Amino acid sequence: MNDQDIPGEDRRGFLKCMAWAGTGALWTVSGGLASSISLDQAAARPMAARTFSFVQLSDSHVGFAKPANPDAAATYREAVAKVIAMPVKPDFIIHTGDITQLSKDQEFDDADQIVRAAGLTVFHVPGEHDMLDEGAGKAYLDRYGKGSKGAGWYSFDHHGVHFVALVNVVDLKPGGMGSLGGEQLAWLEKDLAQRASSTPIVVFAHMPLWTVYADWGWGTDDAGQALTHLKRFGSVTVLNGHIHQIARKVEGNITFHAARSTAFPQPVGGQGPSPGPLKAPTEQLHSMLGVTTASFVRGTEPIALVDSTLAA
Amino acid sequence: MFEHTLRAGALALVMTVSAVGVVALTSAPASAAAPVAAGPTVRIDNFVFGPQALTVTPGTTVTWINQDDIPHTVVAGDRSFKSKVLDTDERFSFTFTKTGEYGYFCSLHPHMVGKVIVKAG
Repeated sequence: MNDQDIPGEDRRGFLKCMAWAGTGALWTVSGGLASSISLDQAAARPMAARTFSFVQLSDSHVGFAKPANPDAAATYREAVAKVIAMPVKPDFIIHTGDITQLSKDQEFDDADQIVRAAGLTVFHVPGEHDMLDEGAGKAYLDRYGKGSKGAGWYSFDHHGVHFVALVNVVDLKPGGMGSLGGEQLAWLEKDLAQRASSTPIVVFAHMPLWTVYADWGWGTDDAGQALTHLKRFGSVTVLNGHIHQIARKVEGNITFHAARSTAFPQPVGGQGPSPGPLKAPTEQLHSMLGVTTASFVRGTEPIALVDSTLAA
Repeated sequence: MFEHTLRAGALALVMTVSAVGVVALTSAPASAAAPVAAGPTVRIDNFVFGPQALTVTPGTTVTWINQDDIPHTVVAGDRSFKSKVLDTDERFSFTFTKTGEYGYFCSLHPHMVGKVIVKAG
């Protein structure tokens, strides 16, 4: 999976430059940590600066059909339709796990069929819901694990940005949260050692790599060790799902961002009886589901992350 | 003849139990004297095992029932028992034959922990 070539790059050159104008309004809304560049800056930027965007989808839970969302496949289809309708085609999709509800073949088949409509390469990491088969993850790895290591971790480069896919949902310890494990941490250290500190890094995993809410297990026990290896880089963006809501944090050069689910919302940490599905009034559901668009412009600016709901 | 009746009884029990979505447990020796449904239950509700600590006598079959909208598992810390994934309303049973304290957790949501204490009656 290293040095993945994303097809269809050249013909979008002009459109990419236009993208800044097209999404300017959205950036304003995103505000805060996204710290997107202004339209003026974008206009002044030479065309040579390579810009690209990618989309993060998360927690599609295909197969889920409970009161919080009787048809998770339908809302996943809506999310993919939103990607297809984007004014500038993203280079690829990152799915941060919980593709399915119960790791059933039919659920994986349905999910694959839905996302295939976007016509984009999809990079996966597993959520805990994707490793529930009898083979403890064999179903996931047979489909998406080609070229990956261990439980499915890998890295690739795209236009000078180094992407690292981590797995923190297997071999979890009683009383703990997510876990990366020694083997994966050793691999990560080696993988990053080859990169210059000026290389922008995007890390993606299912569970948060910072502790959002420990009582509900919303974090990763050994994330600190991973962050040690990431500290020297000038720009690090960490994307995750799992908590079915937007959460952000900046720590030095590292920006953490949790995305919405396309299936059902969950309560804010501690503000409900459990981290289970939140049953929202039907008319509000779409405003609590969504996708995240990440735009990158070569330079000093961090990646601009824009969250949009399925209602918009 | 007696043995045959027992088998038929056990089969009927398994069928009843299957009808409500039970994951049949085979790791403990079958005992006609300890029907699966009659033992104590631990309910999984809102990502909590209740009761969190359960005290039983040796030979007791404990049944876990998942009442959440999200799947869970029941896995012993020492892996001496381990359920398949339990979707909503699915069950898992295990018969405790030896005294001791058995800590367990949900391998998907490891902050969910519980224990079964097996003490001679």
